[in-house]
Amino acid sequence: MLVLTAALSLSACGGSKSGESSSAESCVDTSGDTIKLGFLNSTSGAMAISEQTVRDSLVMALEEINADGGILGKKIEPVVEDGASDPAVFAEKIEKLLTGDCVAAVFGGWTSASRKAMLPVVEADNGLLFYPVQYEGLEASKNIYYTGATTNQQIIPAMDFLKSEGVKTLFLAGSDYVFPRTANKIIKQYAKELGIEIVGEEYVPLDDDDWTTQVAKIVDAKPDFVFNTINGSSNVGFIKAYYEQGLSPETSPIISVSIAEEEAPAMGKDVTGQYAAWNYFQSVESPTNEAFIKAFKAKYGEDRPTSDPMEAAYTSLYLYKALVEKADSFAVDDINAAADGVTFDAPEGTVTIDGDNHHIAKTGLIGRINSDNQFDVVWSSDEPIEPDPFLEGYPWWDASGE
Amino acid sequence: MDAFTTPLLAGAATGALLLIAALGLALTFGQMGVINMAHGEFLMAGAYTAYLTQQVVTNTDISILLALPVAFVVAGCLGLLLEVAIIQWMYRRPLDTLLVTVGVSLLLQQLAKDVFGAQGDPVHTPGWLDGNIDVFGYHWPYRQMFTIVLALAALGALGALLRYTAYGRRIRATVQNRDLAETMGVSTRTVDRVTFFVGSGLAGIGGVAVSLISGTNPNLGTSYIISAFLVVVAGGLGQLRGTVIAAFAVGIVTAYLTDWYSSSMAQVVTFGLVVVFLQLRPQGLFTVRTRGLA
Repeated sequence: MLVLTAALSLSACGGSKSGESSSAESCVDTSGDTIKLGFLNSTSGAMAISEQTVRDSLVMALEEINADGGILGKKIEPVVEDGASDPAVFAEKIEKLLTGDCVAAVFGGWTSASRKAMLPVVEADNGLLFYPVQYEGLEASKNIYYTGATTNQQIIPAMDFLKSEGVKTLFLAGSDYVFPRTANKIIKQYAKELGIEIVGEEYVPLDDDDWTTQVAKIVDAKPDFVFNTINGSSNVGFIKAYYEQGLSPETSPIISVSIAEEEAPAMGKDVTGQYAAWNYFQSVESPTNEAFIKAFKAKYGEDRPTSDPMEAAYTSLYLYKALVEKADSFAVDDINAAADGVTFDAPEGTVTIDGDNHHIAKTGLIGRINSDNQFDVVWSSDEPIEPDPFLEGYPWWDASGE
Repeated sequence: MDAFTTPLLAGAATGALLLIAALGLALTFGQMGVINMAHGEFLMAGAYTAYLTQQVVTNTDISILLALPVAFVVAGCLGLLLEVAIIQWMYRRPLDTLLVTVGVSLLLQQLAKDVFGAQGDPVHTPGWLDGNIDVFGYHWPYRQMFTIVLALAALGALGALLRYTAYGRRIRATVQNRDLAETMGVSTRTVDRVTFFVGSGLAGIGGVAVSLISGTNPNLGTSYIISAFLVVVAGGLGQLRGTVIAAFAVGIVTAYLTDWYSSSMAQVVTFGLVVVFLQLRPQGLFTVRTRGLA
């Protein structure tokens, strides 16, 4: 079915050409004074919670860039699509954007399932996708730029932080899908290296909010720390069960990789004193971040916080601008050839594209939640960490091992 | 010891939640033959009622108790609206009600998203429910006890309504033989509406209990609707006894399986067990005996 759609839409805009990679390329129109870009985020379904915030910051970056003269003198003309929280819809829509609307690049996706669904399409069409969310790594496509963290920029710094805190025992709690499973595999191997004992590992399906039974096991295990890779609203059930059964940051604090400024106040519990690992916090002090927050609040309201994925999405559009300007072309192959070393002074700090794996160097940060549901930075990798999605630079890593 | 008590007590609380959700279904599906897939969204409406009540009455100790009757009325009215607007045209056409109510369910989810935003809202646990008691090593949260008490109270109230009141007699008469009840002067239309109001209202009360576990979110109902139907079917249609036993059995068995294996595995195995059970006993645990006319 997909192949059929692909063939139909290719012939619709690629004319009679039957070549494999060149036909899609020829479809992007760079002759006018605008350039089309696709924004593909879920604005309906379960993931709309998170993806709407990414859409908001993409729109803001777009307006800023257009007000500043556009990219190579061309104003951006956005084509927006709803991924509907369904990987199959993501695959279908990115095909439509690349070969029907002929956009020069697509920005979006959130879940790993959505990215995995888009990957073969964007590769077959030789298009470009900018993916703004931290993920489980072990991937690099020449047609995708990953502006969120890979594991050695979030999971591994978090473990380094735990080591520096003198943590001896760790409990792993995650949602039952690819990111937590992969993250925990890395955590377990690195923990062995660091001499941290894993005293429990529990998973609950994404759509299940009841964590009572699993939290009882944490109570029994009395770990020094809990590593939380739960995603979405299941976090609320976990946090509530955690406090209900008498756990607290004094006894077994939690370090999370998916609770940010947006989520912290929605837990129904005071989560002061708990930790999170990210590459950006609203509390990061820099003139760029100050301007970013000010612009965001002016556009969307004083009560709206800024968070890591939003910042990564904002950064992705500016990185695209920098890429195109360095390549002096909108063509995918030209952009890829010019990619290595392209930088942007982002709200999180200066980020740099790695031309080989298309990830970006980012600083690892650990924050502790304060009573305003903001994060006080308590640990930093001090300088940007080079992306290493396959963990090739870590001798303890064994991809086929347990 | 706690390897035994933890799943038992936690499972009983899950079972109690399933029971509140299934009681309403036992009425509308078991007794009236209407497959209402929007029943989960009445749970969601109950959860949002708990949230809204906390916005108005900021003292959480009182507001959660206040939320219970309000949620009952809110969800009940939603159910009544659904019955009057759509379902009354579809009695004795269960497949049509299935399709239509799936649509209504999606509609209500999107409505909640538009009104309250896609991000869930927090519901704060009142002080008197915040804590736990040590039962053989399991720190049993007061919230779970509250859920069980709530389910038993709802069950008692519904049982009394059916057994001792005039409305209850009319409901039972309509279930046993609709045409005959009508010839005896029972207004089956009124009975249908009251039944739908009560059944949906119970879901609202269940929603308040769910909101204490996970706050609110627009998709909250979807995770309970399937299990609730499972409980009603496994328990046997047309009576409450089987529903009660099935709800606690599913809750507790799932909790033990979760403890031994994992949460995902527990769901699969529980479904499998129910399927096997229904192969052996297609009518469910208990059945209402009627003269073989219908």
